[in-house]
Amino acid sequence: MPQWTLIGLLKGKQTAPWPLAEGDDGQTGVLGMPRYDPERCTSGCKACADVCPTAAITLRSETQSEGRLDVDYGRCIVCQLCTEACPTEAMTTSSDWAFGARHRDDLKWSAVATPGSEPQALSPSGFRRSLHIRHVDAGSCNGCESELQALNNPFYNLHRLGIFFTASPRFADLLLVTGPVTYAMHGPLRTAYEAMAEPRWVMAVGTCAVSGGIAEGGYACGHGLEGVLPVDVYLPGCPPNPAAVMQALLMFLGRAKQRVRGGQLVE
Amino acid sequence: MTVTQSTPQARLRQEPEKVHPAALKDAARKVLDNGGRMQMVYAWYPKPSHIELRYVATVPGQVRFAVWSCEPEGPVPSLTEVAPLLSWYEREVTDLFGLAFTEHPQPQRLVLHDGAIVPRPPFAPDYPPGIEIRAPNQQSIPEIAGVNGDVQLLPFGPIRGDVLESAEFLFFYIGEAILHYTPRLFYKHRGMEKRFEGLGAERAVVLAERVSGVGSVAHALAYCQAVEAAADCTVPPRARFLRVLLAEMERLYNHLYYLGHLCHTTTLKVGEAQGKLLAERAKQLNARLTGSRFLRSILTVGGLRRDLSPKGWLEAELESLRESYAVYARHLETTDSHLDRLITTGRLDRKVAFDQGATGPVDRASGLDRDLRRDHPYAAYGELPVAVAVRTDGDAHARAQVRMAEIEDSIALMQRVLLLLPDGPIKTECEIVPGSEGLGWSESPRGTLFYAVHFDGAGRLARVKIKSPSFSNWRAFPFTVHDTNMMDYAINEASFGLTIAGCDR
Repeated sequence: MPQWTLIGLLKGKQTAPWPLAEGDDGQTGVLGMPRYDPERCTSGCKACADVCPTAAITLRSETQSEGRLDVDYGRCIVCQLCTEACPTEAMTTSSDWAFGARHRDDLKWSAVATPGSEPQALSPSGFRRSLHIRHVDAGSCNGCESELQALNNPFYNLHRLGIFFTASPRFADLLLVTGPVTYAMHGPLRTAYEAMAEPRWVMAVGTCAVSGGIAEGGYACGHGLEGVLPVDVYLPGCPPNPAAVMQALLMFLGRAKQRVRGGQLVE
Repeated sequence: MTVTQSTPQARLRQEPEKVHPAALKDAARKVLDNGGRMQMVYAWYPKPSHIELRYVATVPGQVRFAVWSCEPEGPVPSLTEVAPLLSWYEREVTDLFGLAFTEHPQPQRLVLHDGAIVPRPPFAPDYPPGIEIRAPNQQSIPEIAGVNGDVQLLPFGPIRGDVLESAEFLFFYIGEAILHYTPRLFYKHRGMEKRFEGLGAERAVVLAERVSGVGSVAHALAYCQAVEAAADCTVPPRARFLRVLLAEMERLYNHLYYLGHLCHTTTLKVGEAQGKLLAERAKQLNARLTGSRFLRSILTVGGLRRDLSPKGWLEAELESLRESYAVYARHLETTDSHLDRLITTGRLDRKVAFDQGATGPVDRASGLDRDLRRDHPYAAYGELPVAVAVRTDGDAHARAQVRMAEIEDSIALMQRVLLLLPDGPIKTECEIVPGSEGLGWSESPRGTLFYAVHFDGAGRLARVKIKSPSFSNWRAFPFTVHDTNMMDYAINEASFGLTIAGCDR
């Protein structure tokens, strides 16, 4: 046992300074949501919409001034197929992953992206530096769980931010849901929510929880949290990386700005 | 593309052998007597009026698997008494296709929950489109037997403590002693196999990547190889070597996380932190190489979607990770408090492992010397030295040791790939033959993974069957829990390294 204490001490601090200070967030090379540039989009082409497996990209029915496409990042599974299919670089790869949003509409692309407002907490100030989360897996592929589990590894060390996962929904302030809400998890999910004391909030993590994801529909899969629970924070991604989850949690607590507006990252 | 008939893949395309339902038992016995193993059974509808079963079996010394086609004329004899591992597959066929098996020892529902309201079997051609299954308000809790009232029942889940996948476990216990244990799975059943139907071959790759997140490469690879087998399609050498690299990187981060989580259950806190930190480093390498921490969006039918540039930097990163890991592993193997909790815990007997269909590191820790990478080579494994770690104790420690050996072998294999990596194209176009079928497989970090694909007359997917390693290992796991104690349960479960998404699909 003493050997492990020594190993731990000799290793020194392994935690990234981010997000409390400038520094490595650990996401070097990670491809995020594809960027849409309507200027480069040519009429008559629908290559991206054709390959999009979740109908995140659809053609606009009527002629509108701001772009030909409806791009809903709440449906995007980051498969990058549109960036490969687009012949004119209207869809390009990016490292934009900080997609935590308070309103579902913030995830839909729009020409006018209002600049980010000052941090504003959804929760009362008493929760600002201490938040307890109950996670519920409502039928995910385990990708989101893998990234949520990574939050407590020494690199991200979520505890230092005063954010903890708790076993009992009675102790939880925030219900963090992953997965598209399968038929069999619908009941247990509702039960967990109803067991929480008020005030209580819900965060949809991953594109499955936001909108149903890749397997939406069918006989058992479900459609995400829409119509199941009231959602306070949406974080699409497939899966959202640990830094994206941290950023969204800090945004919820009023300790970071919401960075996505109109489907684009703004400062 | 032009199809080359003389390639290694070309021989993978095969016609199934027809077996009459009455001859199934004898055929299965013959496989076992010859030292083979039944792998799975699944159903599909070649025509809306017509259901067929496909049995897949290992034949010793043979790279390809035996595939039997069986046309039911009413209920089919259950093979559970010959090959117990087929029990779950038969129950799944009954749940999802409505086909009954006679003399099945456990004819209850498996994939669909008791009381779930299902208008028709979900894979029946006349299943009403757009209708979703409804679950019962409350899962039934079994009656407890015992005259003295001293046996207690602990239903645990489906929402468990910490960040874990959803599953429910029923413990029947007296004090610390577990008398009987039943996992109730399939809360996460999404009907993934059905979601493949009607898709084009390439389009379905992103779906395969999302069946089990921590097995994205293994799933996409097995799927692509199934399609390539159906299309007699040859993957260029560079893509085959890069596929090995991706598959081994997946094994690496999975096994490192496994060791960290195992330390969590033995309350070795620094060991947990170090193991999970190593897993994080591996995931960050994944992102640098492919843009995805789960190595997604790279594989496709016929090769890779884009070329990768691992040379010149990945060698040094892997060597640095290997050095850190070697120190970590040495300390784990000399920590008595950790080893005391693992040794003799959750012992899986060799025969039980074989009969119940355990796979991967679980199988190899119980003395079964099997690995698809060596025995049924795919991608570029046939051109590489694949070491297969085997232990015979069958306990939690053996399962950890197999994975520890695999981490070292895996890094050595990756270094070899980086040394030998040929230049050249990374993709060929595969022409889908309407009405064709193919079987693909990969040795995922958790064991044998099969994809069976069937194309319809228009070259679209008519049926995709996924046999995930966790489906197999969840079947074997309870045999190590009965008659043990509560304190060992979490350690034992962690030592199996099970996922639930892959099992439930």
